[in-house]
Amino acid sequence: MENMLSILVGIFFAVSVYLMMSRYTIRIILGIAVLGNAVNLLIFVCGRLMREVPPIIAPGASVPDGPTANPLPQALILTAIVISFSFLAFLLVLAYRAYQELGTDDTVQMRVAEPADEALPPVSY
Amino acid sequence: MAGNAEHAVDFAAGMLVAPTALADWLIIAPSILTIMGGASILMVRERAKLHGYMACTYLTLLVIIDLLLLRRVSLEGPITMTMGRWLPPFGISLTVDAFGALMATIAAIVALAVCVYSLVDITVAGRRFGFYPFLMLLMTGVTGSFLTGDIFNMYVWFEVMLISSFGLLILGGERIQIDGAMKYAILNLMATTLFLIATGFLYGAIGSLNMADIAVTLRKMPKGEAPMATIAALYFLAFAMKAAAFPVNFWLPASYHTPKIVVSAIFAGLLTKVGVYALIRTMVLLMPESRAMLSDIIAWVAALTMLLGALGALAQNDVRRLFGYLVIGGIGSVLVGVAVGTENAITGAILYAVNSILVMTALYLALGILMRMNGGKYNLAELGGGYKASSWLSILFLVLTFAACGLPPFSGFWPKFMLVEASLKENYGWLAMAVLVSGFITTVAMGRVWAHAFWRGGPIGTEDGKEAAPLYQLAGSVRARVFAPVSVLVLLITAIGVFPLPVVSIAQSGATTLINPDRYVEAVFGAARAQQEMRAKEHGSTEPGGDHGEQAEPAAHKEGTH
Repeated sequence: MENMLSILVGIFFAVSVYLMMSRYTIRIILGIAVLGNAVNLLIFVCGRLMREVPPIIAPGASVPDGPTANPLPQALILTAIVISFSFLAFLLVLAYRAYQELGTDDTVQMRVAEPADEALPPVSY
Repeated sequence: MAGNAEHAVDFAAGMLVAPTALADWLIIAPSILTIMGGASILMVRERAKLHGYMACTYLTLLVIIDLLLLRRVSLEGPITMTMGRWLPPFGISLTVDAFGALMATIAAIVALAVCVYSLVDITVAGRRFGFYPFLMLLMTGVTGSFLTGDIFNMYVWFEVMLISSFGLLILGGERIQIDGAMKYAILNLMATTLFLIATGFLYGAIGSLNMADIAVTLRKMPKGEAPMATIAALYFLAFAMKAAAFPVNFWLPASYHTPKIVVSAIFAGLLTKVGVYALIRTMVLLMPESRAMLSDIIAWVAALTMLLGALGALAQNDVRRLFGYLVIGGIGSVLVGVAVGTENAITGAILYAVNSILVMTALYLALGILMRMNGGKYNLAELGGGYKASSWLSILFLVLTFAACGLPPFSGFWPKFMLVEASLKENYGWLAMAVLVSGFITTVAMGRVWAHAFWRGGPIGTEDGKEAAPLYQLAGSVRARVFAPVSVLVLLITAIGVFPLPVVSIAQSGATTLINPDRYVEAVFGAARAQQEMRAKEHGSTEPGGDHGEQAEPAAHKEGTH
């Protein structure tokens, strides 16, 4: 199970990197969404995957009998999912506003902040 | 349930029983203050006039709390507070050492200065859009990152900082801001995601998120047990991106000149420095072996970052973007300390980070004053006549120029001196050379700014010795509010330059703790260990009682299952 998911995580990373190398903001944002999910899955796999064994410690013992799934990474992912979701929402609105204001979703043509024909500084003292 | 009433739960097995000392609440106080402060400002959204004064009050309190914390840490060494009183490493520990407390204090001072300046710079519309709540939340994230002792917790503070910085960056919603924010948002989000990836791997390899625990485990771990250098490289990439180091710096010059000048000022002061702080924390405290392995790469990145910063500054006509490149150059100098890695080098790096926070914020604010006087011009060719308009401003600006270039007698000199000395001692002659050369180029670039903006009578085209039309004079009430913060920052910069000893000794004790974290670890685990020993002793003396307790547990369990 872990091996399968590890491969899936790899595919997710590959897809997200491919998308993020695009010039168009919507693809970049999709890439970031996939990247967030890739990271969440990665941490999830780090915590061992065991559906059948409940992480309950037997009475009298201080550790569980056999290996169980570690609940901490799942708690971490819960935090990360919320964060990445809210950031994705913000980015989508920002990209839409950028399309409205700048009239393009091509990052190469977004040159308002860094104009291509900017004057050189004066060479006098 | 009846069983529990008869046999009290043994809290001491998993929790700290002693209540947190009142003084230790100082560690969490900055976060509580800034979050509550931001929320309370939001509650009086309609009464925009109040916002600024409320924020200034909260930030003054924050400065006081951070100063108390700094005093306590420098007297007693690192202190810790574990959330929920769970035994570390299971609870989230907030741990403060001299490095964190120093950075938090300087950050709070800078934020207060920016807040006072913003009283005249942020209009009612900007206040209604939420400038002050965002500012308070930004400070929550920044201070939280400086004070935490848990690496995942640090990630969360990073995100708090990031989302509030997005809000500040697009405040006003002009075209240029949207453009800058696009690049800033996407690249910074990628950097924090990389940070999360590295943390996921680290947890997978070590099984802990508590920094003190990780530091101990990694120092004991035999070589080759886990691919630590890979994880360290990921952390380096993530934090270098946040700090705008050379190959991944492009978001900074694209965005820092777009928002209001107060926002630029606080960004230039704090955001990249938080990245550098996290870099020093992970590389030096957590993974010293991997840092040693990567030191040559870090050295190259440092040298190229410094040179790029200096040359970029030389090539800019827009003074705000020029300052953006100065921020990058400062990051390079801090990285020199990380690359060399001796105690003196780390001390120099910490001091340079402090210097860079103060100087960059003050520079942007000083430029803001000049732009108020000349009607919003920021291109080098259009500036001029500053000396005639305000000789005090030209003095302040000259001091900042000196401090930014690392010339004595201001706060930029000592860290550069220490960095060069430490590099030479460790046979990094070329790195020392890069520090000096980049300092020289920065001096040329900044000298030109001063000469153009203040020395010349007017914009390019004005004849030598002649004066162009004079600049505007500021109204009295405005003048006090814009000059006071810059003057205080410049005073601080001069004071640190002339009497460096107090700050140097704090930075030195911070560096010592980073390199030899015994006291840091003791602060986190000391109380827990003392409690465990006490418990073991009690169990030893009352052996039957202990047995009784263990026997009782299954009984209670059976009762529950009925």
